[in-house]
Amino acid sequence: MPTATAARRVHRIEIRRQNPADDPRARLLLHDAQALGICPSTARVSRIYLIEGAFDDQEIQRIARELLADPILESPAFEAHDPTDARVIEVHPLPGVMDPAAQSVREAIADLTGHRCEVVTAWRYELGGLTRDEADRLARRLLANPVIHAIHERAYSPTELPKGRERRVEVRRVPIRDLDDEQLARLSREAHLFLSLDEMRAIRDHYRARDEDPREIELETLAQTWSEHCVHKTLKSTVRYTCPDDDIAWPGRPGVRIEPDGSIVIENLLRSTVAAATARLIDDGIDWTLSVFVDNAGVIAFDEHHAVCVKVETHNHPSAIEPYGGAATGIGGCIRDIIGTGLAARPIASTDVFCVAFPDAFAPPESEPTDSAEALPPGCLHPRRILTNVVAGVRDYGNRMGIPTLSGAVDFDDRYIANPLVFCGCVGIMPRDRIRGQARPGDHIIALGGRTGRDGIHGATFSSAELTDTHADEFSHAVQIGNPIEEKRLLDAILRARDEHEEPLFTAITDCGAGGFSSAVGEMGEHLGAEVHLDRAPLKYAGLTSTEIWISEAQERMILAVPERHLDALHAICREERVEMADLGHFGTPDAELILYDHDTEVGRMRMDFLHGAIPMPTRDATWAPSPVTVPSDTSEHAPDARTALLNLLAHPAVCSKHWIIRQYDHEVQGNTVVKPLMGAGAIGPTDASVIEPVPSSGRGLAIACGLQTRAGDPSRAGDPYQMALCAIDECVRNLVCSGADPRRIAILDNFCWPSCNDPAHMGALVRACVGCYDGALAYRTPFISGKDSLNNQFTLPATDDQPARTIAIPYTLLITGVGIIEDLTRCVTSDLKKAGSLVCLIEPPAPPTLAQSLYADLFARDPHAHPQRADLTAGPHLAHAMARLIRSGMVRSCHDVSDGGLLCALSEMLIGAWSTREPLGVDLDIPDADAAWAFGEGPSRYLVEIDAHHLDDLRATVAEACESARISVIGRTGPSDRLTCPALNLDVPVPTLIEAWRGTLDW
Amino acid sequence: MPNALVIRTAGTNCEQELCRAFAMAEARVELVHLHRLLEHPEEIRRFDLIGFPGGFSYGDDIASGRIFAMHVRRRLYPHLVQVIRDGACVIGICNGFQVLVQAGLLPGPPRGQDWSNEPPTPTVSLDHNAGGRFIDAWTPIEAPDASGCIWTRGLADFDTDLLVLPIAHGEGRFVASDAILDDLESAGSVALRYAKDLNGSLRRIAGICDAGGRVLGLMPHPERYLDWNRHPAWTRLNTRCIPDEPPGLLMFRNACAAARVHAQA
Repeated sequence: MPTATAARRVHRIEIRRQNPADDPRARLLLHDAQALGICPSTARVSRIYLIEGAFDDQEIQRIARELLADPILESPAFEAHDPTDARVIEVHPLPGVMDPAAQSVREAIADLTGHRCEVVTAWRYELGGLTRDEADRLARRLLANPVIHAIHERAYSPTELPKGRERRVEVRRVPIRDLDDEQLARLSREAHLFLSLDEMRAIRDHYRARDEDPREIELETLAQTWSEHCVHKTLKSTVRYTCPDDDIAWPGRPGVRIEPDGSIVIENLLRSTVAAATARLIDDGIDWTLSVFVDNAGVIAFDEHHAVCVKVETHNHPSAIEPYGGAATGIGGCIRDIIGTGLAARPIASTDVFCVAFPDAFAPPESEPTDSAEALPPGCLHPRRILTNVVAGVRDYGNRMGIPTLSGAVDFDDRYIANPLVFCGCVGIMPRDRIRGQARPGDHIIALGGRTGRDGIHGATFSSAELTDTHADEFSHAVQIGNPIEEKRLLDAILRARDEHEEPLFTAITDCGAGGFSSAVGEMGEHLGAEVHLDRAPLKYAGLTSTEIWISEAQERMILAVPERHLDALHAICREERVEMADLGHFGTPDAELILYDHDTEVGRMRMDFLHGAIPMPTRDATWAPSPVTVPSDTSEHAPDARTALLNLLAHPAVCSKHWIIRQYDHEVQGNTVVKPLMGAGAIGPTDASVIEPVPSSGRGLAIACGLQTRAGDPSRAGDPYQMALCAIDECVRNLVCSGADPRRIAILDNFCWPSCNDPAHMGALVRACVGCYDGALAYRTPFISGKDSLNNQFTLPATDDQPARTIAIPYTLLITGVGIIEDLTRCVTSDLKKAGSLVCLIEPPAPPTLAQSLYADLFARDPHAHPQRADLTAGPHLAHAMARLIRSGMVRSCHDVSDGGLLCALSEMLIGAWSTREPLGVDLDIPDADAAWAFGEGPSRYLVEIDAHHLDDLRATVAEACESARISVIGRTGPSDRLTCPALNLDVPVPTLIEAWRGTLDW
Repeated sequence: MPNALVIRTAGTNCEQELCRAFAMAEARVELVHLHRLLEHPEEIRRFDLIGFPGGFSYGDDIASGRIFAMHVRRRLYPHLVQVIRDGACVIGICNGFQVLVQAGLLPGPPRGQDWSNEPPTPTVSLDHNAGGRFIDAWTPIEAPDASGCIWTRGLADFDTDLLVLPIAHGEGRFVASDAILDDLESAGSVALRYAKDLNGSLRRIAGICDAGGRVLGLMPHPERYLDWNRHPAWTRLNTRCIPDEPPGLLMFRNACAAARVHAQA
């Protein structure tokens, strides 16, 4: 125990490598710095611990040597010495920023010494051979983000660590009753409410009727609850849509009215399209969806005893400002959605999809633009930094949680420069009798997990706003750092609370996501009302106001409704798992009101029906004008030869190997990964879907894949969002079916990322995408089970001397995520070619592929607008069934869907998967003639299949039976060469050359 | 049936598959929280097999396995040593290996010497991967004939195509002084090697055992290789030419068999 003489003070311990030249972290730093054009001659990386407590020197020595330093590799230093021959950069967290390591260290010190203390952890870099300016740039571009970090040029050792100050409960009223429209709009903007004028008016009128002004916490609660992020008011609104020469047949669609002037009125767009498809499919006999659109995730039956739930979220705005923390808390939030589904599910797989600008298209920050790289817009991070850091964020959170990150995609378009998209998905498994929860009156409102701080305040409203170049400063408090170990403890405790006793210890559960307690308690108590005592919430530091506690989006917290009789049992579990548990109040109030107290003072009181039912839903205008289809121009004399085209396409960032990302994720944890993201002879070939065995030894699998067809919906490429939705569903289904999934057991999810829908053209595009979802889901019989949208993904650049203000809107982006059931895992197929002497068959719908909207058109500008892709809603689903039958019959040695880059890219990927120096495998495409459209054209519903020659008749018969209009062609043969050859295209490339092109691009 | 103990704590995350491995090898398995065990450390004596699972115990926030190892050193060490003396088999996988090393349980005492009752200062360490990054990959493995490890018996009989194991770690680079490395080799303590360099481990060491061969620590994950369809190229395997059970499961069977002998003795 500490001696009485030790005074409380801050001790600085620096953990230094004994041999810095041998430190892999320092070498990685030098590598990453070089990529930025800054080249330190030496680097030393050290960890700093600031420990505030009453310890004597002996105890500090013990902490340093027994806990902090590795005896083989490191030594502690207790005095700070700044070197004369190197620049020092110390990166410390700003006050209030989550410091997960500090929490672990604090607990470990308490275990070691029996004494409490405060801890801050920081990093120290000593870099040789740099100017002060270079060191400063390296600090800001690689080592720190000023949004969350303080950067010091010398050893930083404060005399005390920052602490909050106690405060008195204050109830502030916001005068609103007398405000006119202009004043309401200003209040909405300045208080960061991001409510529309209609909504502000509704609030004003409500409080006029109540004859009082709202208290601040009430106004904030409304802003959170009515945010686009929480209520999806755009997708649920009524839309008036007009389109000249419309090719969509409107009569008979659910929720649709055709006005005399020809305009189409759709009531509740989401319910009339995406959700309506699921309802119709359920009416039509699909009986394996168990819970759709009502919970934190969609739930389907897996087998007799188990259900599987799936959720995909976006975390775009936070990732634009702080990519590492944004992506990590994105995956963390999505995992909590799974834990918060029904009566809790266990997460078994994660997915991630990123959309970013082309890294080579933008000059490094603060650098002059060049011919090929334009200047980075102010307030934006460079795409390379964004991609590197979002990958690191997903890696560090997913790996620590022990959930395999299995499946994903990366897409590139320069319009994502200011609004990168980060999609995080999670799949969970749960017993079928645990899929529904319902809080009951009298249940305690129990908060479990992390403490509440000032982090993430206004995240819900911020994510619903358009970004500008000042957002990084204005909303730095909306950015957060995750603490995965806190969440892992939470998960362990909740699963025990679900399973360890005769009945679950809770009746309902949800996560604290956007809006924090306000949304979580508000949703769970929507029909019951709730009484909440804010002073009972454990805080990270003193000084938070009632409103801050109520809307803080601090991570790793869940709300449970717990009957009184289970409180002790839950408490015992939490104590052992070291999870903090707080009793905030109870559900059920006489008039179903939400009543908020702070130290027994009433700080807010609202009717749940006003909170959840009074949001005005104005009719939104939507228009669509089809892009003109231009006459194909003959540019054949400029066309590249097939070899050049193929190697360029394989190296295209959208097509190329993603091993740099995949290999940083633990996709094997839990031990159930059957089809991995990369497989084949050398484990470098891409697979179409990832497959897990959710119940080990059951032999039954779950395939996970996605579809993303942004180019097909891009008006600047003559695309149509309606076709984009169909193509994305088709692609997702193909990926699942190619791995062995049963097309009759596929469920899908939608994630729309759109620019502002106040623009009728963007709204019109959204309408068409939604209708595409409806038609696609019905045609493929793939019910939507959950979805999420993120709107206002656009960025306004302020006017400069030579340029007016301009807005960069992202391309319309619809991610379709799908899960499919595999009855028999032994029937799984992977895309790597298996044997010499096989036939390679192309199975496709009647319409030929085109170069329109293809990557080939992007790269070589050939006929970009001619004959856009169109999905075939008869042949597409039939072909999926044909493929499933072929695979079930066992005749398919390998198969692959043809997507980005067209047929030759798909075939190259199959060859890359097969590659081994011991047994080379090549393909000769012995077809009489071929052109660029055949080789590189893109279009839905195309498959490549490898079979033994004697199965050809069976294949023809099976496909024809399922899909009359299918075209089947034998395009080539595998052989023991090491080349891809196609005499008709004058193509002859060794497989290692294909591998080099495909793996060289994203190998940071 | 031998009794297996799997110790979990905040941040361990491979305990379910480790339990499954012991169960498939026909042991009776108990999964116990470290904090419960710290209250009754003598409970360890009941077990014939002890597993330290992979994961990120306590977030690996100082270094991998450091805080878990501190608890082991302070409270569990003498009990673990006693149960090892009595013949129990111990495995630490990935983070569990890092725990065993930092707790002073590996490499253990020189052949012929008894375990000390006080944890020794560690002599080997698992540093950051040479590339500085986390790596997830299946990798070919060698099981040196000279090793006296009970767990890895018979692995060398597998075809090289089949003798692969998955790794998933950021800190797996095995380091020690040349003298210690030489001692490990001569004592038969190098239980597993990577067939090719992956993470910069000295002498490609992937796993080591104590001189008695019963305590094994390794970075690769045998508990992720209990079924053939976890093999990284299983869709290319000729199912008619492979043994009934994959190498991962064999390792647990070996230990259970050894532990059963011990349990009966």
